[in-house]
Amino acid sequence: MAKPAEAVKTSYQGQMHLLQKDMMGRYFERVTRCAEQGEGKAVYMLISGNPVELVQAFDLVPVYPEIDALQLAVKKAALPFIQKAEEIGYSMDNCAYVKADVGMFLGDRKTPFATIPLPSLILCNYVGCNVYLQWFEHLAEYCDGELYNLDIPFLRDPSGKPTKADVDYVVRQLEEVIEVLERLSGKKLDWAKLKRIVALSSETGELWSKIKALTKNVPTPYDAYFDSVTMMAPLYCLRGTEDGLKFFQTALKEMEEKVQMGAGPLPEERFRFVIEGPPPWPYLRTFRDLFSKWGAVAVASTYSTVGGLWEFGFKHDPNRPLESIAEHMLEWNVTNRNFLQRYQQIRRYLEEWSADALVIHSVKSCRLFSAGQGDMREYFTKELNVPTLLIESDIEDPRYFSEAQLKNRIDAFFESLEHQKLVRQTKAAGGKA
Amino acid sequence: MGIDSLIARYREILDESPLDQVAEWKAKHPGTKVVGCYPVYSPVELIHAAGMLPVGIVGGGNRLEIAHADSRFQSFVCSIVKSTLELAMVDKLAFLDGIVFHSICDPARNLGSVYKRNFPRLMVEYIHFAQNLTSPHTIDYLTAEYRRLMTSYEQLAGKPITDDALRQSIRIYNEQRQLLRELYAIRAEKPQNLSTLESYILTRIGTLMPPDEHIAILKEALAGIRQRDERPKDRIKVVLEGSFCEQPPLELIEGLEAAGCYILDDDFLLGWRWFPADVPAEGDPVRNLAESYLHQSVYSGVKHDTRERKSKHLIDKVKETGAAAVLILAAKFCEPALFDYALYRQALEKAGIPHLYLEFEEKMWIFDKARTEVETFVESMLFD
Ligand code: SF4
Ligand code: SF4
Repeated sequence: MAKPAEAVKTSYQGQMHLLQKDMMGRYFERVTRCAEQGEGKAVYMLISGNPVELVQAFDLVPVYPEIDALQLAVKKAALPFIQKAEEIGYSMDNCAYVKADVGMFLGDRKTPFATIPLPSLILCNYVGCNVYLQWFEHLAEYCDGELYNLDIPFLRDPSGKPTKADVDYVVRQLEEVIEVLERLSGKKLDWAKLKRIVALSSETGELWSKIKALTKNVPTPYDAYFDSVTMMAPLYCLRGTEDGLKFFQTALKEMEEKVQMGAGPLPEERFRFVIEGPPPWPYLRTFRDLFSKWGAVAVASTYSTVGGLWEFGFKHDPNRPLESIAEHMLEWNVTNRNFLQRYQQIRRYLEEWSADALVIHSVKSCRLFSAGQGDMREYFTKELNVPTLLIESDIEDPRYFSEAQLKNRIDAFFESLEHQKLVRQTKAAGGKA
Repeated sequence: MGIDSLIARYREILDESPLDQVAEWKAKHPGTKVVGCYPVYSPVELIHAAGMLPVGIVGGGNRLEIAHADSRFQSFVCSIVKSTLELAMVDKLAFLDGIVFHSICDPARNLGSVYKRNFPRLMVEYIHFAQNLTSPHTIDYLTAEYRRLMTSYEQLAGKPITDDALRQSIRIYNEQRQLLRELYAIRAEKPQNLSTLESYILTRIGTLMPPDEHIAILKEALAGIRQRDERPKDRIKVVLEGSFCEQPPLELIEGLEAAGCYILDDDFLLGWRWFPADVPAEGDPVRNLAESYLHQSVYSGVKHDTRERKSKHLIDKVKETGAAAVLILAAKFCEPALFDYALYRQALEKAGIPHLYLEFEEKMWIFDKARTEVETFVESMLFD
């Protein structure tokens, strides 16, 4: 059996990554100017299916506590904030995204990447995750920002679609949000501008969905988990802007070139897997290497659809701006879909992206993703016969990452996959296993 | 029957296997469909008005061994999610024809999906309760949500729900809730005459039977309790918060009070006591139920009302009842209860109200530690 190369550390550093750094840097500068010089007003929102188009239309500054928590984890700066939150009463067992953010929020809000402004509006787009409601409720207790709960009914109908009452309810609420934003910004909504922004989102989403289809190629031009996260930041922070669009045009071009050259993120693509669950931000690099050394690359991930699910045909429609924002929030993101819809999403990935296996990364913080993943494993192994690996750590809290344990599990899994592959190849060649 | 033996009889049922009570009922009424309600609140009137029996599926207690469900839900998920799945996996819910889950937290929601996949014979429903309590449009949404649900119930029952039947169900449950409020009022006023465990037993038993039977029991019990005239013991008075979903074992509830306090109010089985006033029966009954949910239901960790801070409600409750302290009793791994605690703790400290924080699991067997903690807390308060 072929031995895995020790410590393959390949990652792609192309134009896309540089552009991303540059643009996100500028975004964080804007956030910092808002905090330090009072330039503009900050609107807090969640990532999952959000109405950023409205916020952009009023030139307000979108701030995402989730992105801040994520950055804190990546910069290995989260733990002291988590501990600070635990000191004032948050539990070991609460989502650590919230704890890192609250710990930071209650201090001077200075982070290694930006100074975070106080919110003028805390717009809780409650899309799927119940913790969102707690999180923003808590922030509202800690400051004077106005709180608006934008309630998005969960997909619960057997049809898998929102009901008409759901859509009406969300559109009516979006109209109310517009009134709040008008009051906050002191200007009337410019509908033509909103339509332009929604058109930008529409184009951006389409580019993103084309980029996602490219991972159907063998080899895949990029890793749909570890490299997708690079593209997710502009998708969320810059959607609806010219910058955001430019980023995705560049990314698509670059990825298409790679497909043409037959280039991928690893020297050799030996296994293609679908991955479910958020990444362990504090140890992303280490985690990636555990797969890379086996020549294993992610060809699709559910995590990259948290903010929106574009690859199955959704597009914002500038002619129906509010309705299409509502549809995005209700239906076209993984968080607001029920658990069984997620099974089907993964199943499509496995089939249409020709993957060999499913990896479930179960994170303690995020029960929205993780609660019940044992049943998911049961479905894929028993009903569909898909080799499935379930491993545990955390999205934010570095205390829950055990490299040795993960390594053992991942090595054992790919060793057995390799063995099965060999048996199949021998059989196909007419030999004996 | 004397009040003591009445309560003892129901304690025995709850101690042994409460769900057998429902199974027996179903055996006697094979033609009637039974719909289980997961916590916290469910509009049971909609089920009742369709001629079906709504029952509380409130976990597996501490007599159930979890042998299968822990391979589906991880170690960091609360007990009630796992025990509720286990109950179905070991076929202890054969009497159910349907079950309804609610938008209370992410694990409970995913549990609904897991039920759907694993037990296709059951009707599995899910209610998304509104979380925007300030928009004038919310009422239309929630009314439509209840109507959607009714279609599902009508299908299961095989008959339509008429407005008159629904009004009648609302009246019955109003009466039941009114009697429960009377029970709680006695405790708040003269806790020496009714222990928390007793009131818990009398409430819980009602989740396992038709409401009219429960009403008869409550009436008999209230009459008995009103005869009591005990002398108050030297105990501190507290309000208990945090057990709105998963329920602590009876022994723990008993132990808490025995350790030296009177619990004047609590949030056990909160969903069955959801309204502090009657739901209007006249007019559009579906809309009334929705309206009551939005504008006159109790506060809770699973409802996010931006109009008033949750911690203010708790502090008001302490002041209104005249309690001296708060006992937070949160289910282990219960995300909403744990988050609430962070807010409660800061607000209680600010208001100078002492509190004790405890965690429990429905499956727990040993209560010494909790008891000692309460004793120490009580002592520190009595000799302060
Ligand atoms: S539970 Fe998950 S989705 Fe919700 S805030 Fe935490 S990490 Fe985000
Ligand atoms: S105990 Fe808490 S976490 Fe568990 S199902 Fe109930 S509300 Fe959800």
